[in-house]
Amino acid sequence: MASHAHGHKVKRYSGLMDWLTTVDHKKIGILYLMAGGFFFLVGGLEAVLIRIQLMYPDSNIVNGQTFNELITMHGTTMIFLAAMPMLFALMNAIIPLQIGARDVAFPFLNSLGFWTFFFGGVLLNLSWFAGAVPDAGWTSYVPLAGPDFSTGKGVDYYVIGLQIAGIGTLLGGINFMATIINMRAPGLTFMRLPMFTWAIFITSAMIVFAFPALTVGLVALMFDRLFFANFFDVANGGNGVLWEHIFWVFGHPEVYILILPAFGIISEIVSTFSRKRLFGYSSMVFATVLIAFLGFMVWAHHMFTTGLGPVANGLFSIATMLIAVPTGIKIFNWLFTLWGGSIRFTTASMFAIGFIPTFVMGGVTGVMLASAPADYQYHDTYFVVAHFHYVIVGGLIFGIFAGLHYWWPKMFGRLLNETLGKITFWTFFIGFHMTFLVQHFLGLLGMPRRVYTYLGGQGYDDMNFISTIGAFLMGIGTIAFVINVFVTWAKPRNASNDPWEDGRSLEWTISSPAPEYNFQQTPLVRGYDAWWKEKMEGKKAMTPAEPIGSIHMPSPSILPLFMSIGLFVAGFGFMYDHLIIAVGGLVITLGCMVIRSLFDDHGFHIEPEDQEKGVQA
Amino acid sequence: MSAHDHVEGQLPHEPEKATLEARNKILGFWLFLGAETVLFGTLFSAFLALRHNIGDGPSANELFQLPLVFAATMILLTSSLTSVFAVQALHNHNKKSMLGWLIVTIVLGLAFIGLEIYEFLHYIHEGHKFTTSAFSSSFYTLVGFHGAHVAFGIVWIALVIGQVLKKGLTVVTAPKVYISAIYWHFIDVVWVFIFTVVYLMGKVAG
Repeated sequence: MASHAHGHKVKRYSGLMDWLTTVDHKKIGILYLMAGGFFFLVGGLEAVLIRIQLMYPDSNIVNGQTFNELITMHGTTMIFLAAMPMLFALMNAIIPLQIGARDVAFPFLNSLGFWTFFFGGVLLNLSWFAGAVPDAGWTSYVPLAGPDFSTGKGVDYYVIGLQIAGIGTLLGGINFMATIINMRAPGLTFMRLPMFTWAIFITSAMIVFAFPALTVGLVALMFDRLFFANFFDVANGGNGVLWEHIFWVFGHPEVYILILPAFGIISEIVSTFSRKRLFGYSSMVFATVLIAFLGFMVWAHHMFTTGLGPVANGLFSIATMLIAVPTGIKIFNWLFTLWGGSIRFTTASMFAIGFIPTFVMGGVTGVMLASAPADYQYHDTYFVVAHFHYVIVGGLIFGIFAGLHYWWPKMFGRLLNETLGKITFWTFFIGFHMTFLVQHFLGLLGMPRRVYTYLGGQGYDDMNFISTIGAFLMGIGTIAFVINVFVTWAKPRNASNDPWEDGRSLEWTISSPAPEYNFQQTPLVRGYDAWWKEKMEGKKAMTPAEPIGSIHMPSPSILPLFMSIGLFVAGFGFMYDHLIIAVGGLVITLGCMVIRSLFDDHGFHIEPEDQEKGVQA
Repeated sequence: MSAHDHVEGQLPHEPEKATLEARNKILGFWLFLGAETVLFGTLFSAFLALRHNIGDGPSANELFQLPLVFAATMILLTSSLTSVFAVQALHNHNKKSMLGWLIVTIVLGLAFIGLEIYEFLHYIHEGHKFTTSAFSSSFYTLVGFHGAHVAFGIVWIALVIGQVLKKGLTVVTAPKVYISAIYWHFIDVVWVFIFTVVYLMGKVAG
């Protein structure tokens, strides 16, 4: 087969060039983890500065302007540049392995998605050095974010940075949907997919249908700010509520885009470390789909106080409360999976088990906020801040920590140190609850969010102090994790295929880390928990679905990097009114697209004798 | 598995779906069109929310001239038909006829763009500028986004024609023809909605 393809010699790079040109999903996963981890530290630093400012009443460590910049950049960075990329890291590293595929459907687009995210994030954060930082909140409500009230370049950095980063997210969503639909191993039917794969499939669908709304919102805001359009300019017939609708039509699905992958991770880990089949698998799948569907139907619950009227508020209120039903199904399924299991308390499973009560607390406050009349009291207070940190940190970040500890050996070939892991868990877990539990009560007492200080003697002082100490503890937990990463890095790469010994899905059937081509022979899947099923029947390996043969691989390419740099340059051109630079940047990007289209990628083949040489990554 | 599993000179029945790469591309492109649908849906929503806020500028009823827009619509609909003929020729492995219909498609697309530019210049002359009102901003953004899609499609199909001329009709080039045709239909469908929601409603329900 493929006789003339052998004639094409593909240049293989090493070192830095390898990382800049890679189209291997495992390496792209590691790139996402490094970039997302870096932005997580940046966003965490911003959080600590916010908490230091609020530690004591009337403090003036940062002024009001800087505080606004900090909260804006903290929220934007954490959601778009830390949480989502770390999820993308796990889905890149694991999904193709879980479905028995050699790569994703579009390796080149995968690389492009990473680089656009990265350069969008860099552009956004360069605002700190340009001295014009976005300061209108992560929601950038107009008219505050419009040209009249945000006269500097700050919001431009937000608009253009997120626009570029959003392209990468959309590409990732399309890629993983196509991958999961088309690239599954023989026998891996949809109702045999591991729960994490299901979660990513549904999440990807949500990305595809939610992110374009943000694209349009950002375009409209950009046109208003840079080209004097009137979308949100009330004096010329624009409409400020339109921005709220567009933002939240994207923004509410976005929070489910964040949490569904965490649900998937938790399902895998709870099942593995209970050494039991996931309880209620099909109801889990059903609940995930239902949450995704309802997630698109509830955006206006962020706008109860905007004045949409009692009918709209009532409908959105009920729709929001409905989400508690499938979410409750999931919670009980996890509990019933744990029930009667022989549970192992590894760091991964502790984060997963800690997730369950924490997320339930975030869910309960969510139902409280869903009640429109009550929301008039909670709105814009610390109660809301406590709620969404319980679901995003207590849900998503716990899920990411759990997933990283669980899949670290599969990504890097080394198990993270369990003692340091336990330190990470306990400091982060206790610190988290210290920081945010008291914020519920601060909110109920009336402390408004997004205000840079408060007067003493209103009953806020002690709880703010406790909250700040908690934030320091979370910082210590994060540092412990970083130390763990470096300590583990220095260890030999000796993790076995199935280092937890209780692995259930296909990623645990191949070496850690996986070879470049993942599966030497595509496995044949005979049931749910494919690998567990084989193990229970005394097998040492999966049944192969094909003979050993030459494996076709896509070529590395530098074009995705150049395309993203083009967009980055164009972004600056638009922001600083240098049309030539803007056009030049777009020409780079479009030119690279043309080159990609004109010159076919024939890829290369790894022959069976080379496959024995072992792992790369 | 690779893109070269066919015997040289002998195309399979549906050459655009012959390889896994091609099937991935087609599926991925449909998903992309799902995203595009949301993109245009949001643009339509913004336009519908703002279309009565004309400020000091002319109203839709004063501005739009249906004969011109109707001509543009017919041109674009016809171009969709010619791209169907191109894909039929592809299925018959008739390269020459396929290229012919693709060229006709491009020419019709160029005619559409020409009419649109003329139309926009005319509106600007009438005092309906991008910055005039919320109506004008959302009008130019929606219709302009569509126009940019048509322009992109013209360049794209031209590149595909060039590749077929150079490399011949293969299992690598066939999916490119097929996908660009799907894209072309999509922007045609969007135009049908623009014709209805922007122009007809502007004239009748204005």
